[in-house]
Amino acid sequence: MSSIIIVILTTLGALFVLLAAIGMIRMPDTYLRISVTTKAATLGVGLLLISAAIYFNDLSTTSRALVIILFVLLTAPVSAHLIGRASYFMGVKLWDKSVMDDLRGKYQKKDHVLKSKTDNTPGDNIDHSHLNSDDEDDLVK
Amino acid sequence: MTLNDYLYYIILPVLAFSILLIFYRFVKGPSIVDKIIALDLLITTGIGLIAVYSIVNGRSTFIDTAMILALIAFLSTVAFSYYIEKRNRKK
Repeated sequence: MSSIIIVILTTLGALFVLLAAIGMIRMPDTYLRISVTTKAATLGVGLLLISAAIYFNDLSTTSRALVIILFVLLTAPVSAHLIGRASYFMGVKLWDKSVMDDLRGKYQKKDHVLKSKTDNTPGDNIDHSHLNSDDEDDLVK
Repeated sequence: MTLNDYLYYIILPVLAFSILLIFYRFVKGPSIVDKIIALDLLITTGIGLIAVYSIVNGRSTFIDTAMILALIAFLSTVAFSYYIEKRNRKK
């Protein structure tokens, strides 16, 4: 009985990890790739760890697996937010089919503080308009 | 087909293939941020691989390694993003 549950959980987990890897290749934009990393991979790794906990059926292994799951669930959004913020200040370009940039004019180059009022001074803002033509081969059409 | 065969011949190759796909993005990635995300995802996938490998081998000690890897992944991502933001502030 427990081996059937393990087969189901590991299949789902491996599928989600594979989907995250495919999304890493196929997504056209750095920000979209960040969103792939935080959701699909976290769920897949959590399912794999739960299956390991079920297989060993042991208090110490189960508690370790649960601690790892809790840690991954806590740290994945934080690291995604930090790396997204850094890439926004670095001026990583949006996809050229992106509809809108909500933070446009709200993060200035100098003070790195989020403002609710839009300030369109061209010298202070970071340009994210679209991908350069020499990066075009990285786009997955 | 026993559970060990299923894990060894189907699940582990799928995880290894996804690691190869992520490694392609890690080598190619247009900006440094892509490489950092790919590194983070590589370590996260490695945790899952370790979990499956510990089932195949029947040794639960490998899970400790997965815990340390989870710590290192978070620390490295935070440090990289901190220094990238600092470098851009100076300009």
